[in-house]
Amino acid sequence: MRAGRRFLSSLPALFGVLVFTFLLMRVLPGDPAVFFASGPNSGKEEIEAIRKQMGLDKPVPEQLMFYLYDVGSGNLGRSMMTGQLVTKDLRERLPASLELTFTALLIALVSAVPLGVFAALRPGSLIDHGVRFFCALGVCVPTFVSGLLLIYVFYYLLGLAPDPSGRVDIFASLPPRRTGFLLIDFLLAGDFDGWRAAFRQLILPALTMALFVVAPLARITRASMLVSLGSDFVRTARSVGLPWWKVVVTYALRNAILPVITIAGIVFSTMLGANVLVEKVFSWPGVASYALDALLSSDYAPVQGFVLLMATVFVIVNLLVDILYGIADPRVTIG
Amino acid sequence: MTSSLLELNDLHVTFSTRRGLVEAVRGVTFSLGAGEMLGLVGESGSGKSVTGFAITRLLDAAGRITAGQIRFRGQEITRIAGSDFRHLHGAAMAMIFQNPRGALNPIRAVGDQIADAITAHKRMSRDQARAQALELLRAVQIRDPEKRMAAYPHELSGGMCQRVMIAMAISCNPALLIADEPTTGLDVTTQKIVMDLLTGIAAERGMATILITHDLGLAARYCRRVVVMEQGRLVEEAEPKKLFRAPQHAYTKRLVAASPTATSRIADLVPKEEMGRAIPIKITPRSPPPPGRPPLLEVQRLVKRFDQGAAAVADFSMMINAGESVGLVGESGSGKSTTSRIICRLIDASEGEIAFEGQSIGHIPARDFHRSPFRKDIQIVFQDPTDSLNPRYTALDCIAHPLLRLAGMRPGDALRQRVEECAQRVGLGIELLTRFPHQLSGGQKARVGIARAIACRPRLLVLDEPTAALDVSVQAVVLQLLDRLRREDDLAFLFVSHDLNVVRMMCDRTIVLQNGHIVEQGESRAMFDNPQTAYTRELVEAVPHIEPKLAVSAT
Repeated sequence: MRAGRRFLSSLPALFGVLVFTFLLMRVLPGDPAVFFASGPNSGKEEIEAIRKQMGLDKPVPEQLMFYLYDVGSGNLGRSMMTGQLVTKDLRERLPASLELTFTALLIALVSAVPLGVFAALRPGSLIDHGVRFFCALGVCVPTFVSGLLLIYVFYYLLGLAPDPSGRVDIFASLPPRRTGFLLIDFLLAGDFDGWRAAFRQLILPALTMALFVVAPLARITRASMLVSLGSDFVRTARSVGLPWWKVVVTYALRNAILPVITIAGIVFSTMLGANVLVEKVFSWPGVASYALDALLSSDYAPVQGFVLLMATVFVIVNLLVDILYGIADPRVTIG
Repeated sequence: MTSSLLELNDLHVTFSTRRGLVEAVRGVTFSLGAGEMLGLVGESGSGKSVTGFAITRLLDAAGRITAGQIRFRGQEITRIAGSDFRHLHGAAMAMIFQNPRGALNPIRAVGDQIADAITAHKRMSRDQARAQALELLRAVQIRDPEKRMAAYPHELSGGMCQRVMIAMAISCNPALLIADEPTTGLDVTTQKIVMDLLTGIAAERGMATILITHDLGLAARYCRRVVVMEQGRLVEEAEPKKLFRAPQHAYTKRLVAASPTATSRIADLVPKEEMGRAIPIKITPRSPPPPGRPPLLEVQRLVKRFDQGAAAVADFSMMINAGESVGLVGESGSGKSTTSRIICRLIDASEGEIAFEGQSIGHIPARDFHRSPFRKDIQIVFQDPTDSLNPRYTALDCIAHPLLRLAGMRPGDALRQRVEECAQRVGLGIELLTRFPHQLSGGQKARVGIARAIACRPRLLVLDEPTAALDVSVQAVVLQLLDRLRREDDLAFLFVSHDLNVVRMMCDRTIVLQNGHIVEQGESRAMFDNPQTAYTRELVEAVPHIEPKLAVSAT
């Protein structure tokens, strides 16, 4: 009920994003008509014809009205690059990005939370400094560098990983598409060899992205864990003689995890949109690289569709974070 | 001495801070018999809490026992390993803390927390532990314990949280219970209930108890023996009666004098030789208000409602004459702070009329009142001297701020002079004016707050628990200061406090509030000596008094 109201209240923001990107695309230099004309020497008439066909000769407000009408009826336009409907393109590519991002976030959380906890348990110790060093390294090495390094080591030198050429081997047979998440689809189809192959393709790009976001997650875990460990209720837990692990996990960590949830939500949204470089390095067929290609060729519809998609994902993720927060902390009511 | 449960021998505790090592406890020696109740009394910084934490080994990471021994049941426990100590925690010795709500895990149901404490020492199933937790909630007299098992700390009142804390502490029947300021921050009536409960349980189960408190009266009421600490040292140990009748140590004498009692007067609070560099009082004799002139403040039928809830303040009417001091007392939630904030126009009333010198000020929205010429006539002194000062302002900036904003002064020598004059009046050294709040002591911060409030020469000063956060000896000095300022300037006070003894001394008249309603009002001393309503009587009786006769002879 409340969650629904929250979602409704974010619709105006989504609308704003819609209009803003639309206007931004019109202001950006580059004429799509010129770009899509048959060749560099095509005549003025031909360009005019394309322009008319695309509706670019009409005034901007009118174009906006048409666009909004289309979006309202679920039509995001057609991509000039692929010749397909943008909705279809996005629907094909979004699961790839989501699968990659989810895996990366999972890896990051599973490694960052324990790292942060251990660093907080012994502040100033070797572990603490080690974690800090690792985090600093993770943030300051750009993803395309760490991605290439990982490829160099695991593919070229050790031969452990498959070649970085997308989600599956070109010759592998795909499972029937149900969720679009290959790992899940392979499992549903009972094809464990395929699952392993897909997993091997996924692990390097996911690691690359995870490396980049371990730092904020580990640092926030450490900071809130320190506060939590120094709090009165942890002292109470110690004063009644609770076992060590119970003090740390049930009392300190359960309280310290609250801000980590918030940060994880932000990190997730950022990763999904900003993993262009990783997708490019690993030839991953995700939405971000699709949007980048579209932007470079002045292909309006995919870019607008992408931005709208990202904004929607952001709203949904925030909503999820709020709901999670409400479950984790009885003091919070979603409102 | 083999029979004693706990023995402290020349205990030293040192904290390593940024400014080097600080000795918090320097040589404390005392012993405690099984089932005995000992009061450990001292002001902030006396090392009383640190002593308690050292015994239970709950010191911060920065604190260390550097010398001395603690023997518990004849066993030396200062050197035993942390993992062995865990079996003592809860099972043999337990603690009850100040700020009960913070001491409980905010995201775990209280029943589960008590069950955690039980299963830490006893082998039993979760269901058995929960059943025992329920029994404990019943033992600490929580109403509707079945329902409260699933409650979270934020859903319970402070007194309820402290009962849960007590239930946790006694869950494994420890032989020693250390209560660190268990009722500080609770209302007097709640304080009495919680303390009665605590002593009852301790007596019933034969637990030895150390009551750590800053309140001499509380220690005197509940303990057979009281130990007084000052700056990490133990200065006196005696029965409470003897302590109040004939304190031996100079510090104890000062402490006993500064603790307000039912009969103490402001002049008695601080020994003459320690009054400091106060300017001699120039009292302008108070002339009776000429007939026909309106009172300084007149409040009629004030009502305040928050959201849809019941009225926080209902039908509140009062008046204050120039130079008069009126007290406003009541428990938390009685609406006294809300009322005082409406009167000094920080929040708006839902209904009612406020007139200052006959002119209506109630209709001016609180948001715009800072532009009213009356703003400088009505000033306020806040409860928390630390939080009510801008941490980025020096004392000088703080005091100058109202002069710049309200009195229309410009930065320059005149302003500086005026600020220094204010500082002098409140007994704040000129050399302290360049300091920031964190570089000042609690008493000094309180003086800055008062200087700021009187800088514009207001006619009415609203004091919202101005000394609640201060030690008694500092409180004594601040109360004297306030009283002197009032007489010098013919200031009127609206004095909000939960401390009846303080109100009795400071105020000519007192208004008792309960749930937003006035239940009784009248001349302070007469009303407290002979309360007419059950509620006022309950309040008066809940105050832990030092026997009046003894206290007088002690000064």
